[in-house]
Amino acid sequence: MAKILAVDDSASMRQMVSFTLKGAGHDVVEASDGVEAYKIAQGTSVDLVLSDVNMPNMNGIELCAKLRTLATYKFTPILMLTTESTGDKKMAGKTAGATGWIVKPFNPDQLLTTIKKVLG
Amino acid sequence: MSVDLSQFHQVFYEESYEGLDAMEQGLLEMDVTAPDDEVINTIFRAAHSIKGGSGTFGFNQVANFTHVIETLLDEVRSGDRGLDQNTMDLLLESVDCMRGMLEELQAGGEPDMTTPDQLRAKFEAILSGESAGDAAGAGDGSAGGAGDGGAGDGADGGGEGGDGVGWLIEFIPEPQMLQTGNEATRMLRQLNEICEGKMAVTAHVDRVPGFHDLNPEHCYLYWHITVNFPLERTAIDEIFEWVVDDAEINISPLGQDVESAAAPSEAQEAQAPSETAQVVDIAQPQVEASAPAEAQAQAAPKKAPQESSSIRVDIDKVDNLINMVGELVITQSMLGELGENFDMAHVQRLQEGLAQLEHNTRELQESVMKIRMMPISFVFSRFPRLVRDTARKLDKQIELRMIGEHTELDKTVMEKLGDPMVHLIRNSMDHGIESPAERVANGKSETGLVELKAYHQSGNIVIEIEDDGAGLNTERILRKAKENGVVPQDANLSQEQIFDLIFQPGFSTADVVSDLSGRGVGMDVVRRNIAALNGSIEVFSEKDKGSRFVIRLPLTLAILDGQLVQVEDQIYIFPLVSIVESIQYKGSKLSNVGGHNDVLLLRDEYVPIVMLNQLFDIASQEKPLDDSIIVVVEADGEKVGVVVDELLGQQQVVIKSLEENYKKVDGISGATILGDGTVALIIDVSGMSKMSANHTPAQSKNVKPHKAA
Repeated sequence: MAKILAVDDSASMRQMVSFTLKGAGHDVVEASDGVEAYKIAQGTSVDLVLSDVNMPNMNGIELCAKLRTLATYKFTPILMLTTESTGDKKMAGKTAGATGWIVKPFNPDQLLTTIKKVLG
Repeated sequence: MSVDLSQFHQVFYEESYEGLDAMEQGLLEMDVTAPDDEVINTIFRAAHSIKGGSGTFGFNQVANFTHVIETLLDEVRSGDRGLDQNTMDLLLESVDCMRGMLEELQAGGEPDMTTPDQLRAKFEAILSGESAGDAAGAGDGSAGGAGDGGAGDGADGGGEGGDGVGWLIEFIPEPQMLQTGNEATRMLRQLNEICEGKMAVTAHVDRVPGFHDLNPEHCYLYWHITVNFPLERTAIDEIFEWVVDDAEINISPLGQDVESAAAPSEAQEAQAPSETAQVVDIAQPQVEASAPAEAQAQAAPKKAPQESSSIRVDIDKVDNLINMVGELVITQSMLGELGENFDMAHVQRLQEGLAQLEHNTRELQESVMKIRMMPISFVFSRFPRLVRDTARKLDKQIELRMIGEHTELDKTVMEKLGDPMVHLIRNSMDHGIESPAERVANGKSETGLVELKAYHQSGNIVIEIEDDGAGLNTERILRKAKENGVVPQDANLSQEQIFDLIFQPGFSTADVVSDLSGRGVGMDVVRRNIAALNGSIEVFSEKDKGSRFVIRLPLTLAILDGQLVQVEDQIYIFPLVSIVESIQYKGSKLSNVGGHNDVLLLRDEYVPIVMLNQLFDIASQEKPLDDSIIVVVEADGEKVGVVVDELLGQQQVVIKSLEENYKKVDGISGATILGDGTVALIIDVSGMSKMSANHTPAQSKNVKPHKAA
């Protein structure tokens, strides 16, 4: 069981991710954009961050870069949920310190398999 | 673990509709020549979310369609592509198209793909026509919705021979690899899992510096791994997928030289083949693009959109409600305790408690009503598009200004307000605003202005629709009215009465019937719809300056401001908005015109009289009418004088449906329960006046108005 911060501006995606993770026994904290996620992150540490890329106020790439400046998030796995599997977007994520990515659309099983790579 | 994705569909639809609204609004705001980055981002994000969600939840038609739009918007966003009017029009069309598809899906149907496919072909033509390269770059292959996990599908041909025996892997991380949250141990453990433990790992420590040079956050170790298990090459690529840029990874089939392993490592970057495939895919339907475009006019039969039965409520409102219920519970327990061993000494506390209860109840009622209140922007938001499209069709330049979009009103009222407003706005644009040339000739600016205003005023919501166009042409209205026989040839009407003519059924001043308005089926319907909401509409106009329509509506349909009246032993309620004035029976100028129907001469107007006790068959005692009151009410523009015994107080009443609890009764719109528990009927003013017009003379001959006159 891990504590996971799920960040997505789309309520349906967030619900799906959250429901799947909770179903697998994880503890999930939700945020609807980078600003909210960063605020949450400042107050608590998590085992994994799952973040959408395109979000209002603060996007996933910016969030990633900001999280890496926090001592507690220096090595925390951060996975980007992205539809953009093109090289430059992945590069931007990597440069900002993202651990990896999950390409949308994904189904709940794919999500669980992928996060297993960075948990535990 | 299997998760039923359909449980997220409702949320997906709702947020998609919101996204589409945002897209539409953004597109309308956008200045084609100088697009605002923030607006483009918003539009892009909306399209992006819809694509992501529809792919995830299995709506591949929507995902595929949205994909081309997203691609195009992404190019605009990154500055690779400019926008033109044609693209904007297509984007707006595509918003409608996506909305249609989603509505169809939500209703449980399968969307007709004719229009989407045509639109998509047009977008693809734009994409491939100007910059085929860019299109390829953004074609990320995930649109198919197959959900390929994104991992190493590019590793084609790298693994021949290897699957049979095993692999030799050199894994040499960059020192900074740990800073992206990647850890070698996890990858090794995962590899160990998939090869069922049949691997040997050698860790090399020769890169580890002396203690003083050691950076604890760096990774100095590197590994050589021998996998003695027939794994797919892609499975290995997948494990190291995220660190290919942070590490040197050489994978070679067992039994080959390490040197020759350099070649397969290139396969890591072999995303290209899949993208090329995507390009072919995109370009293909473009050939047929022009042909089906002609058939576009043939619109698919539209299913009735599902009316959304859920509302979004601001969390503050809910919190407030919970808070109030909490207080109510406290008051209740306090009163309960008081009642258990009551003693006259506690009367004062009881009174206090009851006062508290009243206070709580009122607040609770107000808060509950507020839940149904939504900002009028829900209605207003569709108008920018309407104005834009209509203006283009009419070849006029029209600016829409909206004020007070946050004014709240009841959701039910709002739903019924849309159509009348659309009609009024179209009228303003079609008949009110002049063509640019005419405007300039009249010394006005080329661009006409339509202004929507919403605000609260003494328990009502007021909506104004104002234009700076030509104003109502009184001469023409009067001429048309005389031609159509709406008024007699020799009628001499005040300006106000002339304006009122436009609300008459079958009246139209449009010399040429356009497809937008002017069929004369409009304004009377508008007035009727608004009257059905217990509202009123007025028109003000000045020649060459413009017109202003003012709609007044109650904030909610559930509560009514009523005037209580007494007739014999019954209490009836008139909606306060319908009352013009109340006068005493004694001294009123009544006369008997045409034998049986009595009329009241009110200033210079004849108003028919209705005896409520006769109309509703109330057993009446013979008594002089001198003490009676005549309540003059107005419905559908007609005044009626209603004779009642007494005026009681005015109060807000909660409307209960008579149809649901009893059956429909002519002349009655509903009922309410008064403070003492009795039921009072609410009079449907327009229904009542129709009823009285059909009332048989035989029944009215008992009336003895001359007594009083």
